[in-house]
Amino acid sequence: MHLPISIVPPTSTIPPVTSSSDFIAEHVRDIPHSGIRDFFDIVQSMEGVISLGIGEPDFVTPWHIREAAIYALEQGKTGYTANLGLLRLRQAIADYLSTDYHLAYDAATEVLVTVGVSEALDLALRAVLNPGDEVLYHEPCYVSYSPSIALAHGRAVAVATREEDEFKLRPAALRAAITPKSKALLLNFPTNPTGAVLTAAELEEIAVICREHNLLVLTDEIYSELSYAEAHTSIASLPGMRERTIFLHGFSKAFAMTGFRVGYACAPAPLIDAMMRIHQYGILCAPIVSQEAALEALRHGRPDMLDMREQYCVRRNFLVYSFRKMGLPCFEPRGAFYLFPSIKTTGKSSRDFAFGLLKQQQVAVVPGTAFGPGGEGYVRCSYATGMDQLQIAVERIAEFVKQ
Amino acid sequence: MDRLLRLLEENALATHEMLAAQLDTTPEEIKKRIKQLEHARVILAYKAIVDDERAKRTQVKAVIEVRITPEREGGFDRIAHRIAQYRQVSSCFLMSGGFDLLVFIEGDTLQEVAGFVSEKLSTLPGVLSTATHFNLKTYKIQGVLREAVVNEERLKVSP
Repeated sequence: MHLPISIVPPTSTIPPVTSSSDFIAEHVRDIPHSGIRDFFDIVQSMEGVISLGIGEPDFVTPWHIREAAIYALEQGKTGYTANLGLLRLRQAIADYLSTDYHLAYDAATEVLVTVGVSEALDLALRAVLNPGDEVLYHEPCYVSYSPSIALAHGRAVAVATREEDEFKLRPAALRAAITPKSKALLLNFPTNPTGAVLTAAELEEIAVICREHNLLVLTDEIYSELSYAEAHTSIASLPGMRERTIFLHGFSKAFAMTGFRVGYACAPAPLIDAMMRIHQYGILCAPIVSQEAALEALRHGRPDMLDMREQYCVRRNFLVYSFRKMGLPCFEPRGAFYLFPSIKTTGKSSRDFAFGLLKQQQVAVVPGTAFGPGGEGYVRCSYATGMDQLQIAVERIAEFVKQ
Repeated sequence: MDRLLRLLEENALATHEMLAAQLDTTPEEIKKRIKQLEHARVILAYKAIVDDERAKRTQVKAVIEVRITPEREGGFDRIAHRIAQYRQVSSCFLMSGGFDLLVFIEGDTLQEVAGFVSEKLSTLPGVLSTATHFNLKTYKIQGVLREAVVNEERLKVSP
């Protein structure tokens, strides 16, 4: 007979039972799941859904750009690049910003290539925020802003934008939100999810406040090429703003390259250097194949970009017309590829509207509340979807609204 | 005008209401403009692009490079017109380079196409030589890929 041999130490030395979630840092524990997460799970499990809930281009990356990535692999380009990114790419970015945005950045010291504009924003926040610093941003907005600020130990301060103002950031509203702890202003024009833009004159009004209160501006201009009304102006190009602005951009939207994950940040050298130090230890560099593809996009992608913009514009016109026809008022978006119609006349909440529409008509739209409390009464419809699908979606939404 | 043409080139079956919505104008205006385009023969015709393989058609298609002698006062035009009018010719272009006309032809059988080339085309006065290339397989036709690139794994909802 074997005697059981125990290697378990005496009970007195076992630490108290703990839940593994206790290990999670407090500031992470407080971060909620993205507002579209539960909705996403349901949609993903359903068949036959037409989705207007997609925040990325429906176009496949233009072939010549994909081909450049394949060629890079054939050439054996599989290693690291400089931390800041390929100099050839940084030079192309600097040239592009000079011709298209009237911005002057030194390719050697003022441009940092990142893993999508998301990383660039994260680096910017982590590089400039001390714990408790306040970052102002306009809302409804992209879902990542508030969590990204919190993860960088900053305090996110939302400034509401309203439909009657065409979802523009109003100077008075911004002023009212400024405190002695305000450190930075985060802008995203054209805006996801509203399609709002600011004109050069309106940006100047914002710039005045930033200079007056010594605010740093983080400007996420990922949708800037997709402006339909007038030529896009970057706040960084306004007098006295270059030294207090971190310009954030990428290739995902204009060149339909979301999966390549390439973005960039441009700013005066000390800021880029600070961001680069975080980037070099955390990420090292953006993938070389994606960087090569991005270079091809800048060198030869303009006709594709203009062609896609034209198609988005035509779809936008169709959607605005269709929603107004079915009795849902909507602000005509000036940029990006989202429509943000008001569903207040239906008497439903955004969430009920979106879930009801999904259940009854198999059309997915995102409840406006996913983009902040100010999104109540609205839904976001992406027109990064083919015309044939949009047509069916519009018929189904009209049917739903009628009931 | 260009934008309307582009939309029609993508989908000639789009309704006037649809086109008006896309271009932010009225259906009446669209109707008027299309009539003008048709009248001016800017729009020549509306046709379906058919995948012969899926339609189980066994038609023979060929491209013929034709060298011709240009005529005094007519250049290439008169003889090109003579060739273009044959029922078997689906397209006919004047080209730069080593030959003059590029002629696309279709026939029910190989014999029909071969017969057309040897009996009709080659014997036309002014035709110096022909080189016939038969289509083996279609990958893309009139800007449309036979096999569309679809990403099945695209997320249905994303921020």
